[in-house]
Amino acid sequence: MRRVAVTGLGVVSPVGIGVDAFWRRLSAGSGGVRRITQFDPTGFIAQAAAEVDGFDPLAYFDETAVAPLDRFSQFALVAADEAWQQSAVTLGEDERDRAGAIVASAMGGVISQDDAYRRLYAGGNVRFHPFTVPRVMNNAAAGHVSMRLGLRGPTLSTATACAAASHAIGEAAEMIRAGRADVMVAGGADAPIAPGVVRAWEALRVLAPIADDPVRTCRPFSKDRLGMVLGEGAGVVVLEAWERAAGRGATILAELAGYGATADAAHLTQPGLHAPVRAIAIALDQAGLAPDAVDYVNAHGTATRLNDSAETAILAHAFGAHARRLAISSTKAMHGHAMGATGGLEFVATVLALQRGVAPPTINYTERDPECDLDYVPNTAREMPIRAAISNSFAFGGLNAVLAIRRV
Amino acid sequence: MTDSIESQVVAIIAKKRKLDSAQVTLDSTFEELGVDSLDAADLLFSFEDTFGIVVPDETAQSMKSVRQVVDGVRRLVADRAGA
Repeated sequence: MRRVAVTGLGVVSPVGIGVDAFWRRLSAGSGGVRRITQFDPTGFIAQAAAEVDGFDPLAYFDETAVAPLDRFSQFALVAADEAWQQSAVTLGEDERDRAGAIVASAMGGVISQDDAYRRLYAGGNVRFHPFTVPRVMNNAAAGHVSMRLGLRGPTLSTATACAAASHAIGEAAEMIRAGRADVMVAGGADAPIAPGVVRAWEALRVLAPIADDPVRTCRPFSKDRLGMVLGEGAGVVVLEAWERAAGRGATILAELAGYGATADAAHLTQPGLHAPVRAIAIALDQAGLAPDAVDYVNAHGTATRLNDSAETAILAHAFGAHARRLAISSTKAMHGHAMGATGGLEFVATVLALQRGVAPPTINYTERDPECDLDYVPNTAREMPIRAAISNSFAFGGLNAVLAIRRV
Repeated sequence: MTDSIESQVVAIIAKKRKLDSAQVTLDSTFEELGVDSLDAADLLFSFEDTFGIVVPDETAQSMKSVRQVVDGVRRLVADRAGA
Protein backbone atom coordinates (compact mmCIF):
# COMPACT_ATOMS: atom_id res chain seq x y z
CA MET A 1 0.00 0.00 0.00
CA ARG A 2 1.19 3.50 -0.79
CA ARG A 3 1.84 6.03 1.95
CA VAL A 4 0.00 9.36 2.07
CA ALA A 5 1.66 12.74 2.64
CA VAL A 6 -0.13 15.88 3.79
CA THR A 7 1.38 18.73 1.76
CA GLY A 8 -1.08 21.60 2.10
CA LEU A 9 -3.49 23.09 4.64
CA GLY A 10 -6.23 25.66 4.22
CA VAL A 11 -8.73 27.15 6.64
CA VAL A 12 -11.63 29.55 6.85
CA SER A 13 -12.74 29.60 10.46
CA PRO A 14 -14.36 31.60 13.23
CA VAL A 15 -10.88 32.00 14.72
CA GLY A 16 -9.24 33.29 11.60
CA ILE A 17 -9.13 33.06 7.84
CA GLY A 18 -5.93 31.34 6.77
CA VAL A 19 -3.81 28.79 8.59
CA ASP A 20 -1.52 31.30 10.31
CA ALA A 21 -4.37 33.30 11.81
CA PHE A 22 -6.18 30.07 12.77
CA TRP A 23 -3.15 28.72 14.62
CA ARG A 24 -2.37 32.02 16.32
CA ARG A 25 -5.84 32.12 17.87
CA LEU A 26 -5.98 28.37 18.67
CA SER A 27 -2.63 28.34 20.39
CA ALA A 28 -3.51 31.51 22.30
CA GLY A 29 -6.80 29.98 23.48
CA SER A 30 -8.74 32.80 21.84
CA GLY A 31 -12.30 31.69 21.08
CA GLY A 32 -14.55 32.76 18.20
CA VAL A 33 -17.99 32.24 19.73
CA ARG A 34 -20.15 35.36 19.85
CA ARG A 35 -23.77 36.52 19.71
CA ILE A 36 -25.10 35.60 16.25
CA THR A 37 -24.79 38.45 13.72
CA GLN A 38 -25.98 36.71 10.53
CA PHE A 39 -29.58 37.13 11.66
CA ASP A 40 -31.21 38.67 14.71
CA PRO A 41 -31.26 35.87 17.30
CA THR A 42 -33.56 37.71 19.72
CA GLY A 43 -36.06 35.22 21.11
CA PHE A 44 -33.90 32.20 20.26
CA ILE A 45 -32.81 29.85 23.04
CA ALA A 46 -29.40 29.47 21.39
CA GLN A 47 -28.16 32.96 20.57
CA ALA A 48 -24.46 32.17 20.30
CA ALA A 49 -22.51 30.73 17.38
CA ALA A 50 -18.96 30.67 16.14
CA GLU A 51 -19.09 32.84 13.02
CA VAL A 52 -16.39 33.59 10.49
CA ASP A 53 -15.55 37.20 11.17
CA GLY A 54 -15.02 39.70 8.38
CA PHE A 55 -15.39 37.33 5.43
CA ASP A 56 -15.98 39.49 2.36
CA PRO A 57 -16.72 37.25 -0.64
CA LEU A 58 -15.83 40.06 -3.04
CA ALA A 59 -12.29 40.03 -1.70
CA TYR A 60 -11.99 36.54 -3.26
CA PHE A 61 -14.52 36.38 -6.12
CA ASP A 62 -15.89 38.92 -8.58
CA GLU A 63 -19.66 39.46 -8.76
CA THR A 64 -20.18 37.01 -11.60
CA ALA A 65 -18.12 34.29 -9.96
CA VAL A 66 -19.81 34.67 -6.58
CA ALA A 67 -23.39 34.44 -7.90
CA PRO A 68 -23.64 30.62 -7.95
CA LEU A 69 -21.70 30.22 -4.69
CA ASP A 70 -23.44 29.72 -1.37
CA ARG A 71 -21.38 30.79 1.63
CA PHE A 72 -20.26 27.18 2.25
CA SER A 73 -18.83 26.88 -1.27
CA GLN A 74 -17.10 30.24 -0.88
CA PHE A 75 -15.43 28.95 2.28
CA ALA A 76 -14.45 25.70 0.56
CA LEU A 77 -12.83 27.50 -2.38
CA VAL A 78 -10.86 29.92 -0.22
CA ALA A 79 -9.59 27.07 1.98
CA ALA A 80 -8.80 24.85 -1.02
CA ASP A 81 -6.85 27.68 -2.69
CA GLU A 82 -4.75 28.17 0.41
CA ALA A 83 -4.02 24.46 0.76
CA TRP A 84 -3.22 24.15 -2.93
CA GLN A 85 -0.82 27.09 -2.85
CA GLN A 86 0.96 25.75 0.21
CA SER A 87 1.35 22.34 -1.40
CA ALA A 88 2.86 23.96 -4.52
CA VAL A 89 1.52 21.01 -6.53
CA THR A 90 1.65 21.43 -10.27
CA LEU A 91 -0.22 19.00 -12.48
CA GLY A 92 0.53 18.01 -16.05
CA GLU A 93 -2.50 17.41 -18.30
CA ASP A 94 -2.45 13.63 -17.79
CA GLU A 95 -1.92 13.99 -14.06
CA ARG A 96 -5.17 15.92 -13.75
CA ASP A 97 -7.05 12.69 -14.46
CA ARG A 98 -5.45 11.18 -11.37
CA ALA A 99 -6.13 14.13 -9.07
CA GLY A 100 -9.52 14.57 -7.36
CA ALA A 101 -11.40 16.16 -4.50
CA ILE A 102 -13.63 15.00 -1.69
CA VAL A 103 -15.28 18.00 -0.08
CA ALA A 104 -17.77 17.23 2.66
CA SER A 105 -20.83 19.20 3.61
CA ALA A 106 -23.43 18.15 6.13
CA MET A 107 -25.86 20.97 5.39
CA GLY A 108 -25.00 22.15 1.86
CA GLY A 109 -26.21 25.61 0.89
CA VAL A 110 -28.70 25.76 3.69
CA ILE A 111 -28.59 29.56 4.05
CA SER A 112 -29.59 29.93 0.38
CA GLN A 113 -32.33 27.32 0.89
CA ASP A 114 -33.60 28.89 4.12
CA ASP A 115 -33.78 32.28 2.36
CA ALA A 116 -35.57 30.96 -0.72
CA TYR A 117 -38.09 28.93 1.27
CA ARG A 118 -38.84 31.82 3.59
CA ARG A 119 -39.61 34.02 0.59
CA LEU A 120 -41.86 31.28 -0.82
CA TYR A 121 -43.75 30.26 2.31
CA ALA A 122 -43.87 33.55 4.18
CA GLY A 123 -43.79 35.98 1.27
CA GLY A 124 -45.57 34.01 -1.44
CA ASN A 125 -42.68 34.64 -3.80
CA VAL A 126 -42.82 31.82 -6.34
CA ARG A 127 -39.90 33.01 -8.46
CA PHE A 128 -36.76 31.19 -7.36
CA HIS A 129 -33.41 32.29 -8.68
CA PRO A 130 -32.11 29.80 -11.26
CA PHE A 131 -28.94 29.36 -9.18
CA THR A 132 -30.90 28.04 -6.19
CA VAL A 133 -30.24 24.37 -6.92
CA PRO A 134 -26.57 24.84 -7.87
CA ARG A 135 -26.04 26.86 -4.69
CA VAL A 136 -27.88 24.50 -2.37
CA MET A 137 -26.64 21.08 -3.49
CA ASN A 138 -24.26 19.40 -1.04
CA ASN A 139 -21.76 18.54 -3.76
CA ALA A 140 -21.47 22.14 -5.00
CA ALA A 141 -18.23 22.76 -3.12
CA ALA A 142 -16.62 19.60 -4.50
CA GLY A 143 -17.61 20.60 -8.03
CA HIS A 144 -16.29 24.13 -7.66
CA VAL A 145 -12.99 22.94 -6.20
CA SER A 146 -12.50 20.50 -9.08
CA MET A 147 -13.21 23.26 -11.63
CA ARG A 148 -11.02 25.81 -9.89
CA LEU A 149 -8.01 23.53 -9.58
CA GLY A 150 -8.53 21.46 -12.73
CA LEU A 151 -8.98 18.13 -10.95
CA ARG A 152 -10.51 15.46 -13.21
CA GLY A 153 -10.09 12.34 -11.08
CA PRO A 154 -12.48 10.94 -8.44
CA THR A 155 -14.46 13.87 -7.04
CA LEU A 156 -17.38 13.65 -4.64
CA SER A 157 -18.82 14.88 -1.38
CA THR A 158 -19.56 13.11 1.87
CA ALA A 159 -22.55 14.05 4.01
CA THR A 160 -21.94 12.16 7.23
CA ALA A 161 -22.92 15.04 9.48
CA CYS A 162 -20.37 15.85 12.18
CA ALA A 163 -17.87 13.34 10.79
CA ALA A 164 -18.26 14.28 7.11
CA ALA A 165 -14.90 16.02 6.65
CA SER A 166 -13.02 13.30 8.51
CA HIS A 167 -14.63 10.70 6.26
CA ALA A 168 -13.71 12.87 3.26
CA ILE A 169 -10.06 13.06 4.28
CA GLY A 170 -9.91 9.37 5.20
CA GLU A 171 -11.56 8.19 1.99
CA ALA A 172 -9.34 10.48 -0.09
CA ALA A 173 -6.30 8.90 1.56
CA GLU A 174 -7.69 5.45 0.75
CA MET A 175 -8.00 6.44 -2.93
CA ILE A 176 -4.33 7.36 -2.95
CA ARG A 177 -3.36 4.15 -1.14
CA ALA A 178 -5.37 2.10 -3.60
CA GLY A 179 -3.65 3.79 -6.54
CA ARG A 180 -6.82 5.37 -7.90
CA ALA A 181 -5.43 8.87 -7.51
CA ASP A 182 -2.07 10.50 -6.81
CA VAL A 183 -3.24 13.87 -5.48
CA MET A 184 -6.45 14.55 -3.54
CA VAL A 185 -7.89 17.76 -2.15
CA ALA A 186 -9.99 16.81 0.86
CA GLY A 187 -11.89 18.37 3.71
CA GLY A 188 -15.24 19.94 4.41
CA ALA A 189 -17.24 23.15 4.40
CA ASP A 190 -20.46 24.27 6.02
CA ALA A 191 -22.25 27.55 6.71
CA PRO A 192 -25.29 26.57 8.77
CA ILE A 193 -25.95 29.73 10.79
CA ALA A 194 -29.50 30.25 9.52
CA PRO A 195 -32.68 30.68 11.60
CA GLY A 196 -34.24 27.41 10.45
CA VAL A 197 -31.11 25.43 11.26
CA VAL A 198 -30.66 26.96 14.70
CA ARG A 199 -34.32 26.26 15.55
CA ALA A 200 -33.95 22.66 14.42
CA TRP A 201 -30.88 22.19 16.63
CA GLU A 202 -32.59 23.90 19.55
CA ALA A 203 -35.35 21.30 19.33
CA LEU A 204 -32.81 18.56 20.09
CA ARG A 205 -32.01 20.35 23.35
CA VAL A 206 -28.26 20.06 22.81
CA LEU A 207 -27.31 23.71 22.19
CA ALA A 208 -25.82 25.77 25.00
CA PRO A 209 -27.57 28.99 26.00
CA ILE A 210 -25.38 32.03 25.42
CA ALA A 211 -23.05 32.82 28.32
CA ASP A 212 -22.79 36.31 29.85
CA ASP A 213 -19.45 36.43 28.09
CA PRO A 214 -20.44 34.74 24.80
CA VAL A 215 -16.94 33.39 24.14
CA ARG A 216 -17.43 31.19 27.24
CA THR A 217 -20.58 29.46 25.92
CA CYS A 218 -18.94 26.19 24.82
CA ARG A 219 -17.16 24.28 27.62
CA PRO A 220 -16.08 20.81 26.51
CA PHE A 221 -15.28 18.27 29.24
CA SER A 222 -15.89 20.84 31.99
CA LYS A 223 -18.46 19.88 34.62
CA ASP A 224 -20.44 23.06 33.92
CA ARG A 225 -20.80 22.32 30.19
CA LEU A 226 -24.25 23.13 28.81
CA GLY A 227 -24.10 21.88 25.24
CA MET A 228 -22.69 22.52 21.85
CA VAL A 229 -22.35 25.74 19.84
CA LEU A 230 -22.81 25.79 16.08
CA GLY A 231 -19.95 27.00 13.94
CA GLU A 232 -19.10 27.47 10.27
CA GLY A 233 -16.09 27.45 8.01
CA ALA A 234 -13.95 25.15 5.89
CA GLY A 235 -10.92 23.00 6.55
CA VAL A 236 -9.24 21.55 3.47
CA VAL A 237 -5.96 19.71 2.94
CA VAL A 238 -3.90 18.45 0.03
CA LEU A 239 -3.00 14.77 0.22
CA GLU A 240 -0.41 13.27 -2.06
CA ALA A 241 1.14 9.90 -2.75
CA TRP A 242 4.28 9.87 -0.63
CA GLU A 243 6.67 9.06 -3.47
CA ARG A 244 5.27 11.83 -5.60
CA ALA A 245 5.56 14.40 -2.84
CA ALA A 246 9.05 13.28 -1.84
CA GLY A 247 10.12 13.06 -5.48
CA ARG A 248 9.26 16.67 -6.21
CA GLY A 249 10.89 17.86 -3.00
CA ALA A 250 7.62 18.99 -1.42
CA THR A 251 7.49 20.01 2.21
CA ILE A 252 5.65 17.11 3.83
CA LEU A 253 3.73 18.42 6.83
CA ALA A 254 2.72 15.03 8.25
CA GLU A 255 1.99 11.49 7.20
CA LEU A 256 -1.70 10.60 7.16
CA ALA A 257 -0.92 7.14 8.41
CA GLY A 258 -4.25 5.66 9.45
CA TYR A 259 -8.01 5.96 9.03
CA GLY A 260 -10.73 4.06 10.82
CA ALA A 261 -14.42 4.22 9.91
CA THR A 262 -17.06 2.30 11.82
CA ALA A 263 -20.75 2.47 12.69
CA ASP A 264 -22.45 1.89 16.03
CA ALA A 265 -25.54 0.40 14.36
CA ALA A 266 -27.36 1.23 17.58
CA HIS A 267 -28.73 4.70 18.24
CA LEU A 268 -29.45 7.77 16.15
CA THR A 269 -27.94 10.35 18.49
CA GLN A 270 -26.28 8.70 21.48
CA PRO A 271 -22.60 7.95 21.05
CA GLY A 272 -21.63 4.30 21.35
CA LEU A 273 -18.52 2.80 22.90
CA HIS A 274 -17.31 -0.24 20.99
CA ALA A 275 -17.56 1.11 17.45
CA PRO A 276 -15.62 4.32 18.18
CA VAL A 277 -13.00 2.29 20.06
CA ARG A 278 -12.75 0.01 17.03
CA ALA A 279 -12.35 3.06 14.72
CA ILE A 280 -9.39 4.22 16.82
CA ALA A 281 -7.90 0.70 16.82
CA ILE A 282 -8.26 0.38 13.03
CA ALA A 283 -6.61 3.78 12.46
CA LEU A 284 -3.69 2.94 14.76
CA ASP A 285 -3.32 -0.51 13.24
CA GLN A 286 -3.19 0.85 9.70
CA ALA A 287 -0.66 3.42 10.85
CA GLY A 288 1.43 0.77 12.59
CA LEU A 289 1.23 2.87 15.73
CA ALA A 290 1.19 1.37 19.21
CA PRO A 291 -1.33 3.18 21.43
CA ASP A 292 1.49 4.55 23.59
CA ALA A 293 3.10 6.18 20.55
CA VAL A 294 0.22 8.66 20.39
CA ASP A 295 0.76 11.89 22.30
CA TYR A 296 -2.15 14.12 21.28
CA VAL A 297 -5.87 13.62 20.62
CA ASN A 298 -8.04 16.25 18.99
CA ALA A 299 -11.32 15.15 20.52
CA HIS A 300 -14.78 15.27 19.02
CA GLY A 301 -15.55 17.11 22.29
CA THR A 302 -18.92 18.70 21.49
CA ALA A 303 -19.55 19.86 25.08
CA THR A 304 -22.82 17.99 25.34
CA ARG A 305 -23.33 16.12 28.58
CA LEU A 306 -23.43 12.78 26.76
CA ASN A 307 -20.64 13.15 24.20
CA ASP A 308 -17.86 14.22 26.51
CA SER A 309 -18.34 11.48 29.10
CA ALA A 310 -18.80 8.88 26.33
CA GLU A 311 -15.67 10.07 24.53
CA THR A 312 -13.69 9.89 27.76
CA ALA A 313 -14.77 6.26 28.15
CA ILE A 314 -13.90 5.60 24.49
CA LEU A 315 -10.37 6.95 24.97
CA ALA A 316 -9.93 5.01 28.21
CA HIS A 317 -10.92 1.79 26.43
CA ALA A 318 -8.87 2.46 23.31
CA PHE A 319 -5.68 3.55 25.05
CA GLY A 320 -5.84 1.73 28.41
CA ALA A 321 -3.43 3.10 30.99
CA HIS A 322 -1.85 5.37 28.35
CA ALA A 323 -5.12 7.38 28.17
CA ARG A 324 -3.98 9.27 31.29
CA ARG A 325 -0.81 10.40 29.52
CA LEU A 326 -2.58 11.69 26.41
CA ALA A 327 -2.97 15.41 25.87
CA ILE A 328 -6.60 15.70 24.73
CA SER A 329 -8.25 18.89 23.57
CA SER A 330 -11.50 19.96 21.99
CA THR A 331 -10.83 22.94 19.77
CA LYS A 332 -14.62 23.20 19.24
CA ALA A 333 -14.70 25.43 22.31
CA MET A 334 -12.97 28.00 20.07
CA HIS A 335 -14.17 27.31 16.50
CA GLY A 336 -17.58 25.86 17.35
CA HIS A 337 -19.16 22.77 15.87
CA ALA A 338 -18.85 23.54 12.19
CA MET A 339 -20.85 20.45 11.14
CA GLY A 340 -19.44 19.03 7.90
CA ALA A 341 -16.43 21.36 8.14
CA THR A 342 -15.51 20.57 11.69
CA GLY A 343 -13.46 17.43 10.97
CA GLY A 344 -11.46 19.46 8.43
CA LEU A 345 -10.77 22.29 10.87
CA GLU A 346 -9.80 19.76 13.53
CA PHE A 347 -7.57 17.76 11.20
CA VAL A 348 -5.73 20.96 10.25
CA ALA A 349 -5.42 21.82 13.95
CA THR A 350 -4.03 18.32 14.61
CA VAL A 351 -1.42 18.61 11.84
CA LEU A 352 -0.36 22.05 13.14
CA ALA A 353 -0.14 20.74 16.70
CA LEU A 354 2.10 17.88 15.57
CA GLN A 355 4.27 20.09 13.38
CA ARG A 356 4.76 22.83 15.93
CA GLY A 357 4.92 20.70 19.06
CA VAL A 358 2.07 22.50 20.76
CA ALA A 359 -1.21 21.01 21.99
CA PRO A 360 -3.93 23.63 21.64
CA PRO A 361 -6.04 24.04 24.77
CA THR A 362 -9.62 23.19 25.67
CA ILE A 363 -10.76 26.66 26.68
CA ASN A 364 -13.57 27.48 29.14
CA TYR A 365 -12.58 24.56 31.32
CA THR A 366 -13.42 25.46 34.90
CA GLU A 367 -14.47 22.37 36.80
CA ARG A 368 -13.48 18.71 36.80
CA ASP A 369 -16.27 16.27 35.98
CA PRO A 370 -15.79 12.85 37.61
CA GLU A 371 -17.00 11.33 34.33
CA CYS A 372 -14.35 13.24 32.37
CA ASP A 373 -11.17 12.44 34.24
CA LEU A 374 -8.43 12.70 31.61
CA ASP A 375 -6.03 15.51 30.67
CA TYR A 376 -7.89 18.00 28.48
CA VAL A 377 -5.11 20.61 28.27
CA PRO A 378 -7.29 23.07 30.17
CA ASN A 379 -7.30 26.69 29.03
CA THR A 380 -3.62 27.08 28.11
CA ALA A 381 -1.73 25.58 25.19
CA ARG A 382 1.05 23.17 26.07
CA GLU A 383 4.42 22.88 24.38
CA MET A 384 5.22 19.20 24.06
CA PRO A 385 6.80 16.87 21.54
CA ILE A 386 4.03 15.17 19.54
CA ARG A 387 5.16 12.03 17.71
CA ALA A 388 1.71 11.00 16.52
CA ALA A 389 -1.84 12.20 16.99
CA ILE A 390 -5.41 11.26 16.21
CA SER A 391 -8.48 13.32 15.40
CA ASN A 392 -11.88 11.87 16.41
CA SER A 393 -15.22 12.53 14.76
CA PHE A 394 -18.43 10.83 15.87
CA ALA A 395 -21.55 11.70 13.87
CA PHE A 396 -25.25 11.34 14.53
CA GLY A 397 -26.34 8.06 13.08
CA GLY A 398 -23.51 6.45 15.02
CA LEU A 399 -21.01 7.03 12.20
CA ASN A 400 -17.42 7.30 13.39
CA ALA A 401 -14.24 8.43 11.66
CA VAL A 402 -10.77 8.59 13.19
CA LEU A 403 -7.67 9.93 11.43
CA ALA A 404 -4.15 9.14 12.64
CA ILE A 405 -1.12 11.21 11.68
CA ARG A 406 2.57 10.80 12.30
CA ARG A 407 5.49 13.18 12.36
CA VAL A 408 7.69 13.11 9.31
CA MET B 1 -57.64 19.28 35.69
CA THR B 2 -54.96 17.61 37.80
CA ASP B 3 -56.12 14.16 36.84
CA SER B 4 -56.40 15.22 33.26
CA ILE B 5 -52.77 16.37 33.12
CA GLU B 6 -51.59 13.17 34.72
CA SER B 7 -53.67 10.92 32.51
CA GLN B 8 -52.70 12.80 29.36
CA VAL B 9 -48.98 12.64 30.22
CA VAL B 10 -49.28 8.92 30.90
CA ALA B 11 -51.22 8.38 27.68
CA ILE B 12 -48.62 10.24 25.60
CA ILE B 13 -45.73 8.31 27.12
CA ALA B 14 -47.53 4.98 26.77
CA LYS B 15 -48.36 5.65 23.12
CA LYS B 16 -44.79 6.72 22.23
CA ARG B 17 -43.25 3.79 24.06
CA LYS B 18 -45.88 1.34 22.78
CA LEU B 19 -46.85 0.39 26.34
CA ASP B 20 -50.15 -0.21 28.05
CA SER B 21 -51.16 2.86 30.10
CA ALA B 22 -51.28 0.64 33.19
CA GLN B 23 -47.54 0.01 32.81
CA VAL B 24 -46.79 3.74 33.14
CA THR B 25 -47.14 4.93 36.73
CA LEU B 26 -46.22 8.16 38.50
CA ASP B 27 -43.18 6.38 39.92
CA SER B 28 -41.93 5.10 36.57
CA THR B 29 -38.57 6.59 35.63
CA PHE B 30 -37.55 7.38 32.07
CA GLU B 31 -34.82 4.81 32.47
CA GLU B 32 -37.32 2.09 33.40
CA LEU B 33 -39.50 3.08 30.47
CA GLY B 34 -36.56 2.98 28.07
CA VAL B 35 -36.79 6.71 27.34
CA ASP B 36 -33.39 7.97 26.13
CA SER B 37 -32.36 11.57 25.48
CA LEU B 38 -33.78 11.67 21.95
CA ASP B 39 -37.07 10.08 23.08
CA ALA B 40 -37.21 12.62 25.90
CA ALA B 41 -36.84 15.53 23.45
CA ASP B 42 -39.64 14.01 21.35
CA LEU B 43 -41.90 13.54 24.40
CA LEU B 44 -41.28 17.09 25.60
CA PHE B 45 -42.31 18.35 22.17
CA SER B 46 -45.61 16.45 22.53
CA PHE B 47 -46.19 17.81 26.05
CA GLU B 48 -45.55 21.35 24.80
CA ASP B 49 -48.07 20.87 21.97
CA THR B 50 -50.69 19.19 24.12
CA PHE B 51 -50.60 21.65 27.00
CA GLY B 52 -49.64 24.81 25.11
CA ILE B 53 -46.51 25.36 27.20
CA VAL B 54 -42.78 25.85 26.65
CA VAL B 55 -40.53 23.58 28.70
CA PRO B 56 -37.18 25.33 29.21
CA ASP B 57 -34.06 23.17 28.88
CA GLU B 58 -33.27 23.50 32.61
CA THR B 59 -36.73 22.19 33.52
CA ALA B 60 -36.47 19.47 30.90
CA GLN B 61 -33.23 18.24 32.45
CA SER B 62 -34.95 17.70 35.79
CA MET B 63 -37.67 15.53 34.23
CA LYS B 64 -36.47 11.98 34.69
CA SER B 65 -39.66 10.33 35.92
CA VAL B 66 -43.38 10.51 35.16
CA ARG B 67 -43.99 12.28 38.49
CA GLN B 68 -41.38 14.94 37.66
CA VAL B 69 -42.98 15.44 34.26
CA VAL B 70 -46.48 15.75 35.70
CA ASP B 71 -45.32 18.17 38.41
CA GLY B 72 -43.35 20.23 35.91
CA VAL B 73 -46.17 20.37 33.36
CA ARG B 74 -48.65 21.29 36.09
CA ARG B 75 -46.42 24.20 37.20
CA LEU B 76 -45.97 25.45 33.65
CA VAL B 77 -49.70 25.21 32.93
CA ALA B 78 -50.44 27.14 36.15
CA ASP B 79 -47.82 29.77 35.26
CA ARG B 80 -49.42 30.17 31.87
CA ALA B 81 -52.90 30.50 33.43
CA GLY B 82 -51.54 33.08 35.90
CA ALA B 83 -49.70 35.08 33.27
